[in-house]
Amino acid sequence: MLKVEEQEPVAFSLSLIEKFNEIVGRYPEGKQKSALLPILHEVQAEQGWLSVPAMDKVAVYLGLESIEVYEVASFYSMYFLRPQGKYVLEVCRTGPCCLVGAEKILKHIENTLGVKEKEVTPDGLFSWRGVECLAACGFGPVLQIGPEYTFYENLDEQKVDQLIQDLRNK
Amino acid sequence: MGRKLLLEHINVPGINTYDVYRQKGGYRAVEKALKMTPDEVVEEVKLSGLRGRGGAGFPTGMKWSFLAKPEGVPRYLVCNADESEPGTFKDRYLMTHIPHALIEGMIVSSFALGAKTSYIYVRGEMMPQIRILERAIAEAKNAGFLGKNILGSGYDLELYVQPGGGAYICGEETALLESLEGKRGNPRIKPPFPAIAGLYGRPTVVNNVESIAATVPIINDGGEEYSKIGIGRSTGTKLISASGNLVKPGVYEIELGLSVEEFLYSDEYCGGIANGKRLKATVAGGSSVPILPANLTLKYANGEPRLMSYESLSEGGFATGTMMGSGGFIAFDEDQCIVRNTWNFARFYAHESCGQCSPCREGTGWMEKVLHRLEHGQGKLSDIDLLVDVSKKIEGNTICPLGDAAAWPVASAIRHFRDEFEWHVKEPVKSLQMNYGIASYAVPIAKAEVTI
Ligand SMILES: Cc1cc2nc3c(=O)[nH]c(=O)nc-3n(C[C@H](O)[C@H](O)[C@H](O)COP(=O)(O)O)c2cc1C
Ligand code: SF4
Ligand code: FES
Repeated sequence: MLKVEEQEPVAFSLSLIEKFNEIVGRYPEGKQKSALLPILHEVQAEQGWLSVPAMDKVAVYLGLESIEVYEVASFYSMYFLRPQGKYVLEVCRTGPCCLVGAEKILKHIENTLGVKEKEVTPDGLFSWRGVECLAACGFGPVLQIGPEYTFYENLDEQKVDQLIQDLRNK
Repeated sequence: MGRKLLLEHINVPGINTYDVYRQKGGYRAVEKALKMTPDEVVEEVKLSGLRGRGGAGFPTGMKWSFLAKPEGVPRYLVCNADESEPGTFKDRYLMTHIPHALIEGMIVSSFALGAKTSYIYVRGEMMPQIRILERAIAEAKNAGFLGKNILGSGYDLELYVQPGGGAYICGEETALLESLEGKRGNPRIKPPFPAIAGLYGRPTVVNNVESIAATVPIINDGGEEYSKIGIGRSTGTKLISASGNLVKPGVYEIELGLSVEEFLYSDEYCGGIANGKRLKATVAGGSSVPILPANLTLKYANGEPRLMSYESLSEGGFATGTMMGSGGFIAFDEDQCIVRNTWNFARFYAHESCGQCSPCREGTGWMEKVLHRLEHGQGKLSDIDLLVDVSKKIEGNTICPLGDAAAWPVASAIRHFRDEFEWHVKEPVKSLQMNYGIASYAVPIAKAEVTI
């Protein structure tokens, strides 16, 4: 995690709070802690990552101790505890995808973006990382981009170049 | 052509929408089930012989009959859509293309179990599928198949989709329940089993997506009809996720009992090995099951053909067999390096261990490091036995089966491909530059002599 002193206070939008209320309504009375994972996804989708002040606010909203939020956010691989590029390219690096060329794709992305895994490009647009099997092994190599987790299948180097180009032009 | 019960309409345009799904006979199972008693529905599922499609293969009807039903206490059905076992991608496929098959199955199953609130726990990365399911639920509700007093039967059901956070371990059912309660995904010590104390401490059934979807044809055609498909105690159809070096990787619905050879080589299914190569090895049931060389994939040690069924895939035990698992069928061609793949899988399990038990936490990390140095030409011959030793110390000594799942791939790779591991030690430079090749793994097994 980043040093807390460095982190700006956050404000949640009204529509985000409305979404929280809808999510909490899915569980029985008193079981609002169940809303934690979905709410953290919503916060990350709006803010790009989970800062300590954002997690603290979620804790207050759900009536939890802050530590209950931190321990969940740090356990699961999808939550970012530091700022990322605007587009995070997440490439599957697990066995079946490697049989059909995932390692080459990872290397190609590293070379093309010019930054190491989990680093952000100087223009703030991209970061990338290897992730585990995305349940699409028959269509590999694959990558996804949050927050909507748009999915790209049967990748080769040309398709990756095209994708990066399209995102740059967006 | 094999019968298709789940994917019959996969190519019908618009089958992902309520209207088209309904036109094709969708939601008949709900109409039929609601005219039966819940116990009658359970009975049909028992009759069908359906076995859990999530990996363990436990009979679904029997699992349902263990559910505790104390008066005045809510019970839950939770669908396991966490699909993260490497090599497995059938649930995501089904939810993407025919979401209503799962929704319909959830209604039938929830009614059978007396659940009034049910959850579908979908792995968080499947955000597009989450949106698809949410839309399907809204459509079903709009048509009167969800909500209060469904079809005037007096039965109420609310169905919600819950996203995970990205953790393989949350596929383990008690870790999944912890996660659904908003906690870290640490598996619980059993007993108590979820059937007694599951979600929020209430009686709960956890079932895989495919198991739940299979209740639809079971109710439509009757459990007995379903049980006639397949072979022995492997009844019905099964979705197989086929990946790796195949001409046609993808999701296939097979009748259990199809021969492995036909599945791999016929044009109806995988169409053979890609690029004219030869088959070296397979992992038949997702990354957690033992790897087999080509010869033992196609035939038992005694030369009889192996079939795609729970019993046949495990024929020979771990010495010469494997397991059906989740039906994730991974094919390796002659150019693939077994050591590298074993290291890759070990890295996966080390990454995904929840860290609660030391044999799993430490053992998976250790295996990953040793395999890494073997693969990168820095290993010793003694490393190979060290790996076997570590895998034995993990196996059976942990809270949940992830420990076994991490140990088996390593132990089986060494069992069948020890010479390839040794080659990595003896020829470190070559092993970094090229591949060991196919050796004798693809040699057909001689028919065993019949002696009287
Ligand atoms: C480490 C681990 C991961 C698992 N992952 C999944 C999974 O992704 N999907 C699934 O349905 N079952 C998974 N299981 C099996 C579940 O614990 C459980 O047996 C299954 O959901 C029961 O459903 P079924 O009886 O319909 O197969 C996993 C088990 C373990 C130990
Ligand atoms: S076996 Fe591994 S994953 Fe399972 S509870 Fe123990 S440490 Fe966690
Ligand atoms: S191994 Fe890449 S999606 Fe499964």
